[in-house]
Amino acid sequence: MKITVAGEKKEVADGLTVAALIELENVETPQYVTVSVNEEFIDSGAFETYVLSEGDEVEFLYFMGGGAQ
Amino acid sequence: MPFTNEQLERYSRHIILKEIGAKGQKKLLAAKVLIIGAGGLGAPAALYLAAAGVGTIGIADADVVDLSNLQRQVIHTTNDIGKKKVESAAETMRAINPDVTVNTYYDFVSSANIMDLIKDYDFILDGTDNFPAKFLINDACVMAKKPLSHAGIIRFKGQLTTILPGEGPCYRCIFKNPPPKDAVPTCKQAGVIGAMGGVIGSLQAMEAVKYITGVGELLSGYLLTYDALKMEFHKIKLPPRGKGCAVCSDTPTITELIDYEQIACDMHL
Repeated sequence: MKITVAGEKKEVADGLTVAALIELENVETPQYVTVSVNEEFIDSGAFETYVLSEGDEVEFLYFMGGGAQ
Repeated sequence: MPFTNEQLERYSRHIILKEIGAKGQKKLLAAKVLIIGAGGLGAPAALYLAAAGVGTIGIADADVVDLSNLQRQVIHTTNDIGKKKVESAAETMRAINPDVTVNTYYDFVSSANIMDLIKDYDFILDGTDNFPAKFLINDACVMAKKPLSHAGIIRFKGQLTTILPGEGPCYRCIFKNPPPKDAVPTCKQAGVIGAMGGVIGSLQAMEAVKYITGVGELLSGYLLTYDALKMEFHKIKLPPRGKGCAVCSDTPTITELIDYEQIACDMHL
């Protein structure tokens, strides 16, 4: 199926979960990433069970410090 | 008050813009912006806001200028090493534009001082480098209903959002709690390309100017990310405000400010 990840169209396996996509995408610090699907945040407790669907738009939002010092 | 001839000349490139005009420039001269952190993000933001003629600029930082800062903190010079960052930044801003009144706060932000610090300002710009400060600033701005530009930078990446309390989502809508210490690398640990502060800090200044003058669309409801290696900007639409947010929902569970534990080496603003 086709989904969009961070604005990029991708072909992925049917039945892919958010957790599996996190692994597939080599997400940095996966335990602290925020995920949105179709402009809704997904509870991190549901990453393993949330199954993505054709056409879903997925975004990863990362903690980013930095600025002063 | 009418413009002096010098002001007409100084701000001519603003005044000629139909979106800004004399009216917008007067709004800038009457505005008060607080910059928290006089570092990678705060330095370029402070330079542009001072040059733009923002009438009152507050700058808060508890650090002194270090040689390792100068690769990106362009408001400080080699001669400023050892000087308080707020003093060094204030000197540069005053030198750029004598119209600007600069207030300096040589202090860390904490639950004890933040409400007092932000209360007289129209717009707050977060240029801090650590998560306890970022959460504290977000929560305080939500509670005091102060518009806030939030940003972060690391390595070749940066991101920012504009938070309009009561209207759009806040930082805590995206991230519920700070990460445990050392779980997410800081610039000191991971490095950051100097110009990244220039890109993202300038975008924060841009949001402040747009908010003050009422021009255009703010980054409220969006997180704008920038990847310098791919040379890509990406605008992530955020869900609406407050859905289950501990601080900005209509029934918040966080009603008092929290001082999260800071990593000792990251105590600077």
